[in-house]
Amino acid sequence: MIKFNLFVLPFSLGLIYIVTSIVMHYYRWIKALPAVDKVKLSAGIRTPSKVLASLKEIFLEGLIHRKLWKRNPLLGYMHMSFAFGWFLLIVMGNLESRVYHGAYINAPYYPIFLKFFIHDRLVLFFEIFTVPAFFRFIMDFLLLFVLSGLVLAWIKRKQSKWFGMKQTTMHNFFDRVALSCLWLIFPMRLLAESYTAGYFHGGGGFLTQNLGNLLVMITPGPAELIAYFFWWTYSLVLGLFFIMMPYSRYMHIPSELLLIVFRHCGIQPRKWGSSFSDLEVRSCSRCGVCIDACQLNFAAGINTIQAVYLIRSQREQYIPENIAQTCMLCGRCQEACPVGIKIDSLRLIKRREIGSGQVSDFSYLTNPHPGFADVVYFAGCMSQLTPSIPIAMEGIFKEAGINYLFIDRNGSICCGRPLMLAGKDKQANELIEFNKTLIRQTRAKLLVTSCPICYKVFREEYNLPIRIQHHSQYLLELVKDGKIALQSQHRRVVYHDPCDLGRGGNIYQAPRELLGKISDLEPVEKDRTNALCCGGSLALMGTSMRTKDEVTLDALESLLAGDPDILVTACPLCKKTFSKLSKTEVRDIAELVYDAIPSRKTRIAGTVKDPEVVIS
Amino acid sequence: MDNTVIVIGGGISGLTAAGMLAQQGLDVTLLEKENETGGHLARWDRLFPDRKKASEVLDFAMEGLNKVKIVTGVAITGISRQDHEFTVSTNLRDSGYGMQDAGYQSPVPSPQSPVPSTQSPVPSPQSQYTASALLVATGFDLFEARKKEEYGYGIYNNVITSADLEEQFKSGRKVLTSEGKTPGRIGFIHCVGSRDEKVGNLYCSKICCVTGVKQAIELKEMFPESEVFNFYMDLRMFDRHFEELYYEAQQKWGVSFIRGRLSECSENPDGSIILKTEDTLTGKPLKMTVDLLVLLSGFVPSGGTRGISKMLGLQEGTDGFINSADQHSQNNLSGIEGVFLAGAIKGPISVSESVADARAAAAQIACYLSSFKVTND
Amino acid sequence: MIDFGYTLTRDRQLDYDRGDFRYLKLVKSLEPSMDLCIGCGSCTATCSAAGFTNFNIRRLHTVIRRGDPESIKAELKKCMFCGKCQLVCPRGVNLRNLILAMNRAIEILG
Repeated sequence: MIKFNLFVLPFSLGLIYIVTSIVMHYYRWIKALPAVDKVKLSAGIRTPSKVLASLKEIFLEGLIHRKLWKRNPLLGYMHMSFAFGWFLLIVMGNLESRVYHGAYINAPYYPIFLKFFIHDRLVLFFEIFTVPAFFRFIMDFLLLFVLSGLVLAWIKRKQSKWFGMKQTTMHNFFDRVALSCLWLIFPMRLLAESYTAGYFHGGGGFLTQNLGNLLVMITPGPAELIAYFFWWTYSLVLGLFFIMMPYSRYMHIPSELLLIVFRHCGIQPRKWGSSFSDLEVRSCSRCGVCIDACQLNFAAGINTIQAVYLIRSQREQYIPENIAQTCMLCGRCQEACPVGIKIDSLRLIKRREIGSGQVSDFSYLTNPHPGFADVVYFAGCMSQLTPSIPIAMEGIFKEAGINYLFIDRNGSICCGRPLMLAGKDKQANELIEFNKTLIRQTRAKLLVTSCPICYKVFREEYNLPIRIQHHSQYLLELVKDGKIALQSQHRRVVYHDPCDLGRGGNIYQAPRELLGKISDLEPVEKDRTNALCCGGSLALMGTSMRTKDEVTLDALESLLAGDPDILVTACPLCKKTFSKLSKTEVRDIAELVYDAIPSRKTRIAGTVKDPEVVIS
Repeated sequence: MDNTVIVIGGGISGLTAAGMLAQQGLDVTLLEKENETGGHLARWDRLFPDRKKASEVLDFAMEGLNKVKIVTGVAITGISRQDHEFTVSTNLRDSGYGMQDAGYQSPVPSPQSPVPSTQSPVPSPQSQYTASALLVATGFDLFEARKKEEYGYGIYNNVITSADLEEQFKSGRKVLTSEGKTPGRIGFIHCVGSRDEKVGNLYCSKICCVTGVKQAIELKEMFPESEVFNFYMDLRMFDRHFEELYYEAQQKWGVSFIRGRLSECSENPDGSIILKTEDTLTGKPLKMTVDLLVLLSGFVPSGGTRGISKMLGLQEGTDGFINSADQHSQNNLSGIEGVFLAGAIKGPISVSESVADARAAAAQIACYLSSFKVTND
Repeated sequence: MIDFGYTLTRDRQLDYDRGDFRYLKLVKSLEPSMDLCIGCGSCTATCSAAGFTNFNIRRLHTVIRRGDPESIKAELKKCMFCGKCQLVCPRGVNLRNLILAMNRAIEILG
């Protein structure tokens, strides 16, 4: 039996190239891992549970594309038909090839081009129940499955909206060549197999045989030669695709597989970058989901700085400064990313490169003893511009009979996160150390803050031996412990998730539970992980106030669509930002809680006072 | 086409214009959303720079109104136009009030007016008025000082606005702190809600500077022993005798002026207010405790202005106030035929300027209507 | 003043004619909103660092504007970057980025 023809060479060369390339890449990524991560990796791949979890995720995300399904079924189907369909074609093709050949090992090209070599005719009726017929049916079915995805991909180019995507990524040269090859592979296979089946009157399944018969009938010229031409083209586009792959976005496929394993072994991104981050960069499929998720894009029309472009410029070894700096680090794209790339940490790595050159001088900070208390209250810098929040908190502390200390009443020392957002971690650490000493001296067992920005850095960078709570958690606890009793005011409210509290701190439930007790909480369209940023983010550098206002206005429009009485948030910066442009009252959750204490002895913060009382 | 005019808004501009128009023999209806006319002026005590009583200025304006049909307590629900005739539909805002009889003595109901005012001084809940010309004088609202949360209005009891203070002066009572004490030190904060990107108002409200100086003097008169400070960014003494008032405040009354904008304030346990600013002239941050803090609230387009503007399709500027056809030579024309503008609808303006502007508008309307008569005859 | 080519004492006034405007040019290109300042001082008033030390962001940006950047180099290091200044600026100057830009200017120009 003949098992070779010259046309298989382009494919085979391409395959050798890509396999070598992937092995080398894998080797380099693993070798470049920091020692700690290497230990994690080698321990991880020996733990069956972690291996199983990795395989499960590889199957669900790499082949089925579960996250994309959730986002949009058409988009999910399109990706699944390509990935899972192609995967099954390879698996079934291999099995099929064994039917005709006893050998367990075939040249890799053999199953791929099987129909060139095998084309017996199934004559007798009962033969449709035989194994070869079964495979012919399956293989045609799978080919049709992949082709259906291809049709969708074509449509997506023109009608991305149907796929839940408003904007798609702008591709570069290699991407375009690889994409063209990818699109040609399966039509070429279809034509090659069909012509062959048509010419030999056999060998095809329901699709290729019937199409082949038709094609041979209607096209003039030697069918055998036409078939041979398509086999060559099929092999050429496959080979070219493989050769282009390391230079195009399609490298994300093998990269993501390793990334999933890395993650399941517990490897995390590092502050100054590591091989893990390089792997993340290569795992980006440039699908462009992050572009649609980005408020700077859809609210302010800035569409050149999104994660996909940050990652692409990182791959090209040069990140323009404005791409690194123009970002609110709100984390929406990170939530939407089907590959789960930690985009914010990638951006911060670049910011650290930019910001590390400068030094700070905080020698002026002196450290008078703050006093002792059970609970330390850190309102945060921004709360000084929203005095209703600390006033409400102090009122609640007093109502609940808590021994507290308002540690930054007379001006605060910044928590350090704003410096970190600007890539100045070393300088931030000085402030962190200073504040840590201050907090430790109080001997408190609990640190409560009103500012989600502070909350995030307290938890992630401070390593304090005490509990840390945002006030929404703390107030809920006070209610549950019976320290304060609340009475609902029955105002119609909507809740805005602050980025650093929600996506950044994973606190979604506590404020909602609290609001459920004191008001009529109404749903908003985009909430929790999909919540919008208020636009006031301290992470956004070098952008005009106008841009920020555009983001704020857009968020307000979405939040206030149901015309609530009050827009409630849990962050002084969100409150300040929204208040500037909102026609609806904006309040912090702490103020509402304070208002809802019926037995309150102290006066209500932020309520309209009677001028007659003021000046008598 | 006839000689009927509807004036929307019964503040000083609307009243002055209505009086002028009526005296020229035009048939004038004045619609006011509040239950009484007089607008902001009715709540103020004395006017800068000569500290004339606001009530005297208002009384003067009211004198010319005996021929004007004044309808108060009505909200305008719609304005339509057919050829040269406008129809204004209204709704009663509050059932307790209706037409205010300001000496209105026309026994013959004008055919254009569907309101049989002599029979029933209270219009039905829904009414319609027609006229050949509209004068929109819907004025301004004071900036809601609570929006500057860091300034503590509505939070700290001893933070009040210039309008609160003016009402206090008008009541004749002594101005005391919320604890009932004489304020030993008083701070005035200029540019609250004006020249402030953070509240979306980039414009200058123009009259707060001199108001601050006037009120500082009045407090010094009341409490010669107290210290009074004005915190300002620029002092814009733009009109005649204003600079002299500033001079007088320094020379005769010892009012102090510190060049720096308030960033935020907090409250002491005793109710006094700590304010934070920079003394920009020494280049140092400055902290000061005051017993009473007065915020000089600026102008914003009134709710009425915004509503009418939408109904008529008036030209709104980026500041939300209404643009006239030309700021120099056609400042009372709206750009829509038959619709005229007067007063603070076009931006911050003083009382004296409002009076002058209202008279100019009245003259414009009279010309407009008479020229129509000529062409129609 | 007659220029003899040497001088015994340093001029104490801001010499606008011999000012060093390289910093201004660079900072302005990095943060154009710096032009909007009207010197109200609210940034300095609210500043977290100014509560503890002699750090005056309004003055720093004014001296750059006047071509006298020498005096700011030590002072600029005191900023905690908390962003309060930006939240009170009545002219919408992007202050945090302005400070970052001033830092960059010092880094680049020395």
